[in-house]
Amino acid sequence: MPDVKTYSYDVLVIGAGGAGLRAAIEAANSGVRTGVICKSLLGKAHTVMAEGGMAAAMANVDDRDNWRVHFSDTMRGGQYLNNWRMAELHAREAPDRARELEAWGALFDRTSDGRILQRNFGGHRYPRLAHVGDRTGLEMIRTLQDHGIHQGMDVHMECTVLSILMDGGRVAGAFGYERNNGEFVIWKAKAIVMATGGVGRAFKITSNSWEYSGDGQSLAYRAGADLMDMEFVQFHPTGMVWPPSVRGILVTEGVRGEGGILKNKDGHRFMFDDIPDLYKNQTSDSEEEGWRYVQGDKSARRPPELLTRDHVARCINREVKAGRGSPHGGVFLDIAWIKKYIPKAEDHIRKKLPSMYHQFKELAGIDITREPMEVGPTTHYIMGGIRVDGDSQMSTVPGLFAAGEVAAGLHGANRLGGNSLSDLLVFGKRAGEYAAEFARKNGQGAVDNGQVEAERARALAPLERGASGENPYAIQYELQEKMQELVGIVRVESEMKEAIEVVGRLKERAERAGVAGSRIYNGGWHAAMDLRNLLTVSEAIARCAVLRQESRGAQFREDFQSKDPEWAKYNLITRQDGGGMTVEKRPIPPMPDELKQIIEEMK
Amino acid sequence: MRNVEFRIWRGDGKGGDFRTYTTGIDDGMVVLDAVHKIQAEQANDLAVRWNCKAGKCGSCSAEINGLPRLMCMTRMNSLPLDEPVTIEPMHSFPPIKDLVTDVSWNYEVKKRIKPFKPRKPDAADGTWRMQQADVDRVQEFRKCIECFLCQDVCHVLREHTKHDEFIGPRFFVYTAALEMHPLDTEDRVPDLKETDGIGYCNITTCCRQVCPEHITITENAIIPLKERVVDRYFDPLTRLFRMFK
Ligand SMILES: Cc1cc2nc3c(=O)[nH]c(=O)nc-3n(C[C@H](O)[C@H](O)[C@H](O)COP(=O)(O)OP(=O)(O)OC[C@H]3O[C@@H](n4cnc5c(N)ncnc54)[C@H](O)[C@@H]3O)c2cc1C
Ligand code: SF4
Ligand code: SF4
Ligand code: FES
Repeated sequence: MPDVKTYSYDVLVIGAGGAGLRAAIEAANSGVRTGVICKSLLGKAHTVMAEGGMAAAMANVDDRDNWRVHFSDTMRGGQYLNNWRMAELHAREAPDRARELEAWGALFDRTSDGRILQRNFGGHRYPRLAHVGDRTGLEMIRTLQDHGIHQGMDVHMECTVLSILMDGGRVAGAFGYERNNGEFVIWKAKAIVMATGGVGRAFKITSNSWEYSGDGQSLAYRAGADLMDMEFVQFHPTGMVWPPSVRGILVTEGVRGEGGILKNKDGHRFMFDDIPDLYKNQTSDSEEEGWRYVQGDKSARRPPELLTRDHVARCINREVKAGRGSPHGGVFLDIAWIKKYIPKAEDHIRKKLPSMYHQFKELAGIDITREPMEVGPTTHYIMGGIRVDGDSQMSTVPGLFAAGEVAAGLHGANRLGGNSLSDLLVFGKRAGEYAAEFARKNGQGAVDNGQVEAERARALAPLERGASGENPYAIQYELQEKMQELVGIVRVESEMKEAIEVVGRLKERAERAGVAGSRIYNGGWHAAMDLRNLLTVSEAIARCAVLRQESRGAQFREDFQSKDPEWAKYNLITRQDGGGMTVEKRPIPPMPDELKQIIEEMK
Repeated sequence: MRNVEFRIWRGDGKGGDFRTYTTGIDDGMVVLDAVHKIQAEQANDLAVRWNCKAGKCGSCSAEINGLPRLMCMTRMNSLPLDEPVTIEPMHSFPPIKDLVTDVSWNYEVKKRIKPFKPRKPDAADGTWRMQQADVDRVQEFRKCIECFLCQDVCHVLREHTKHDEFIGPRFFVYTAALEMHPLDTEDRVPDLKETDGIGYCNITTCCRQVCPEHITITENAIIPLKERVVDRYFDPLTRLFRMFK
């Protein structure tokens, strides 16, 4: 094709967050030609925003920790829908991946004996999160970036992949465009690692950026891959609620890990009121015990603010709905109260939570060392995604691998904080390794010019329609409003069915989207092309959520309020079927006795 | 809600000019919100970079009323609103379109700087021991979000376009982070003098003043690096300098 550039790689990694960079480093080091593509500038992926830390059972702070405890915490948090093999590998391998970062130049905060310091986080039994203040993600991505650029990989920054090119049933490459100039590109590849992150932009209130339009999930789905667990979207309990323009921006769980408490408008610490049975034994029943826990007292149990995210988010939602919320529709998160226990609390807070201090000071005009923050739930993460093999990370499409947030399995029905950053490294490495192996064993598939031509025409259509077409932003905003309202924290069948209809109507409107201007860095054009992916993942989320008639982990159904043991046996699989979307139950494979026993022991 | 006038630079590599937009501003909005609102309602094809909206990714750098700043961290109510708010792209880099510039030069520069080379592990399990006090200094440099605002403001790049001979404040911070890393064994002092052009910096501190991460670029990074160069190459002078201090 005359106006299409072509590159050729053994392994093509789509995405340059933690998962993509780790995969690319592994592939490049194994000697195969490796290319990396990302939508933003290098180093600006979502991973850069991660705050609290990365979970790894290194036992630097509490020597009772080990991979078995981490494994059982992850399974309990995921309400046992997890791919147990991934949960096992993750718990076993995360410590090595964390130490490896140090060998590449990362500087984590230290213990008094000079090792990597670890902090408490919700659902983790022991202090387990390696961190750098509250900018752990920046440390991780910069370390991978600065190491990666010397490993011999090519980086294509500010390029968007629009579709996976197929040769019959296997991958042959990817098709996309350069954002800077709108030129089309074919990246031929023997194996592809999808590492594109999540879907948060399908919702109105979110901690996620424009990049999270569900590209990887949607591209893989269109290439014939299975998606899994798409109903499980994590609503983080603490996003900013005021001022309106920052609504949704994350307030790290690290605030609670450092002793922050949640209060309603009457000053009541409502998290003590409702502690789930699964966690009764591990949760403190007094302020004093909770404080001792965050101070590292091994005999104390964790404060209720550090229960899993799904539960905390619902408790906050309940307070607000009952009229006990803060002035702007959230609740209060107070870290300043710790001055009751420690003398120089102001300095301590600024040192431990520098970017939160900064964020509230500059965006809300609030000094968190003196006043409480106002917080409420925000769409944060998707547990579901591309179904992969636990060991190799290959999807159901030969040659297509997936790692990081875009892949499903590790987190089951709910992710524990800190388990994503470790996920990226453990499975990014594995995906890179197995993709390289696949590329060595298989030749290059043939690029189908018909497919390229069709994608190209599709991409150019909004520009041809011009300003008289539908405004792509308006379509996107309507989708976000509706998903937030109808498929949010509290779900009910009738509303979700309405959402599916809305998605159907918006799909038609998206086909009429138009933008004025040229192909050079045209924001509206980019938004128009993202719509297809946003709509695909929204439909998958709604359809799966309807089918799962129970409340479990991140999914709360008003019409089915309890957990149903029958549903514990299945994951939900989403697949493209003759143009339409099908969702079906898939039995979870039986867990080996060895792992079952660990779970029993840790109950 | 009140109406505010914006002058936004629209154009590309071939040239451009300011266009005026008026839009309603709510309580607590930042400049980036206003730009997004204009993009969604009046100028669909407006080019602007952003990701985190919380000062963490360094994507949304621009010049607001002439000052290099992050658009996501500039509150509208911190600006005089009875006159138009001017937003233009960074000047030290070639324009691509509207508020987006070609910053790829920075990525090329980084590649040329010698990478991290750790000493042998301290413990048998392949790990190292470092005290918090020893990492504090370097952690300050590692806060850098690569917004390149310091590069934008530095006169050596902005006015004298010494892009081929001078790596700019961002990469002095990067070099300092490597040189002062407790585990690093590489030597970058010759490069600082020969290829990185540290001599061009005359410590105007403009870079430090615009850094949104409040990194003390000049005092903590550049001056100590200059001292290393001086110690290595102009030793007698340093001794003299120290005598009079
Ligand atoms: C504010 C915030 C705080 C968080 N804090 C924590 C924490 O403390 N601990 C923790 O464990 N987790 C945390 N998380 C979650 C965690 O950061 C993310 O899940 C994780 O970083 C995702 O990494 P990734 O590598 O999968 O994707 P990302 O880092 O998001 O990278 C995705 C990459 O894919 C690229 N891409 C996407 N689509 C395309 C396309 N079509 N074509 C080309 N490239 C594409 C993007 O440009 C990007 O480079 C946090 C998340 C947020 C938003
Ligand atoms: S102090 Fe040096 S590096 Fe910083 S702006 Fe001035 S001349 Fe440039
Ligand atoms: S040193 Fe500061 S101003 Fe310069 S790139 Fe880094 S964060 Fe931006
Ligand atoms: S959008 Fe990330 S720094 Fe402004």
